[in-house]
Amino acid sequence: MLPVRLPGRRLLLQDSGWYKMKHSYRFYLQLGFTLLVCAFLIVPVIMSVMAGITENYFRGITSGMTLRWVVEVWDLYADTIFLSILISIACLICTIVLGVPAAYVLSKRQGRVARMIEELLTLPIAIPGLAIALALIITFGGFRDFRSSWLFILVGHVLYTLPFMMRSVLAVMSSADFKSLEEGAASLGAGFWRRFFDIVIPNCRSGIVAGALMVVTLSMGEFNITWMLHTPESKTLPVGLADSYASMRLEIGSAYTIVFLLMIIPLLIGLQRYGQPRSIISKPVEENIITNTGKS
Amino acid sequence: MSSPHQQKTSIRLEACGKTFGDGTLALEPMTLDIKGGETIVFLGPSGCGKTTTLRIIAGLESPDAGGRIFFDDQEVTNLPIELRNVGMVFQSYALFPNMSVEQNIAYGLKIRKLPREEINSRVEEMLDMMHIEELRHRTVDQLSGGQRQRVALARAIAVCPKVLLLDEPLTALDALLRERLRIDIDRLLRGLGITTVYVTHDQAEAMSLGDRIVVMDKGRAAQVGTPREIYFHPKETFVADFIGTMNRISGVAADGQFTTTGGSMSWQSDQNGSVDLMFRPENAELTDNQSNAFTGTVATSFFLGDRTRIIIEGIGDEKITIETGNRVELVQGDEISIAIDPESLVSL
Repeated sequence: MLPVRLPGRRLLLQDSGWYKMKHSYRFYLQLGFTLLVCAFLIVPVIMSVMAGITENYFRGITSGMTLRWVVEVWDLYADTIFLSILISIACLICTIVLGVPAAYVLSKRQGRVARMIEELLTLPIAIPGLAIALALIITFGGFRDFRSSWLFILVGHVLYTLPFMMRSVLAVMSSADFKSLEEGAASLGAGFWRRFFDIVIPNCRSGIVAGALMVVTLSMGEFNITWMLHTPESKTLPVGLADSYASMRLEIGSAYTIVFLLMIIPLLIGLQRYGQPRSIISKPVEENIITNTGKS
Repeated sequence: MSSPHQQKTSIRLEACGKTFGDGTLALEPMTLDIKGGETIVFLGPSGCGKTTTLRIIAGLESPDAGGRIFFDDQEVTNLPIELRNVGMVFQSYALFPNMSVEQNIAYGLKIRKLPREEINSRVEEMLDMMHIEELRHRTVDQLSGGQRQRVALARAIAVCPKVLLLDEPLTALDALLRERLRIDIDRLLRGLGITTVYVTHDQAEAMSLGDRIVVMDKGRAAQVGTPREIYFHPKETFVADFIGTMNRISGVAADGQFTTTGGSMSWQSDQNGSVDLMFRPENAELTDNQSNAFTGTVATSFFLGDRTRIIIEGIGDEKITIETGNRVELVQGDEISIAIDPESLVSL
């Protein structure tokens, strides 16, 4: 609050019991609303988790708590969990190997085509997963072995997540400072490959980490494409989840949710923490002219 | 120094022009010889093509067809920057954030696959030369602007480049530090004797560092010469105005006299009729004499401590700025007379 010199105004501020009250009333209203929204979002998750560790959901929590359902989920669906992990890691490797060089090339090109491709990178978010899956089936459905292997799902996931990796890396690479880093390395005699591995890759690490968390999270939870592409032999966690909701006891489906949450929540926290690609050039620290003078 | 720059590389630009992809002409074809060991400064406002010229010399841009660049007798036109053996300091310094100060300085030496002991001793030498020994283990984000500057210089010099290229190296720093580093850089360049191309928009930097200055304007070299030539004998108005303050008085020359509103002075010249003359603020002094002088009124005066800057109206068409070391106190409207050193008059 600025100090107010006007006498009339000061009177108003000093005599501000009503003003203060209004402030706190507003504050609590906002807090209450925020908590309400949080509850609206979180309560269903908690309910589901509770259902997963309750002996009998219909008799409620009084029937006792158990980890039996979680164990049962593990027995029934362990392979879907492992497949999900396998696919998300494979997907990550593919997006890094394909996405980082692709982003690099895009950042170098000035032309209209490059800008167009950059725009197109948002497309997979807009196209329904089912459509992507359908296109894949039409194109590759004829290759029987490929069609029934997990690699088919991987292709779908890579298609879907690659833009996220590329955009994240591109954000770091296209800064002017990044270009001068590479020019700096070139001026010191570094050829293309040296520059790429010594300077480009290490300095876009923040972009790669952000992209990687995004890719793994998306791949882990992806349902639309996977559901279309899966076969009884290649089922991922979310597909298994749908399966268990449809055909098992409610408690098993809920226990399955717990497993899924345990895998995905650490990733989401990581995404929050490391997810923002940071600027590669930091602001200089405060100049200490006096010490410098002594030195020179 | 373990490997002194014995051979001083000369640079020759031959009709080097640059047209960018969108058709804008960044640089008119320029031919320029830079002597071995010389420090040449490209000076001009932003967008004048000075950085483009530097980047062509560096090998970061290639000149338009027909342009050729030589380092000594070797043509380097088609050589990429990594094969030209240049040392470059960027405006943003371009230090590698993923490496420590030491690793930054050692990078170019590692690329050259020098033995480890040699790299270490060279890095020591550079740290010592730039007075940054205590920074060796720091990362770039722990450095101040001035320290980054020193590391960038050390990294560029460490590889014993044929040519040192500096792209506005002091622009990002505050004024006080800029002044000090300018002295350091000057001493460094004299000590190394390495051929240096320096780009700046700061005329004080250009005057103090350059053996020769190339004043650039809109993609063309307006004048090439030593700081004294550029300052005392500007060849065109742009150069005169860009370097320091230049007064302009228009008047009539006849029979060894130059006459304008406010007075006249003797001026020997073969020019007759109306002329534009120019002179520097420090080449005029206050006088009590009415003859051979010009009289005007004070518009403003600034006391600067060691000298006083006076803006005068009524002599010629434009206001005139002079500087005097005399202890004068003047107020607006005071009538004063000035005498101009005839030797210092420039006519274009």
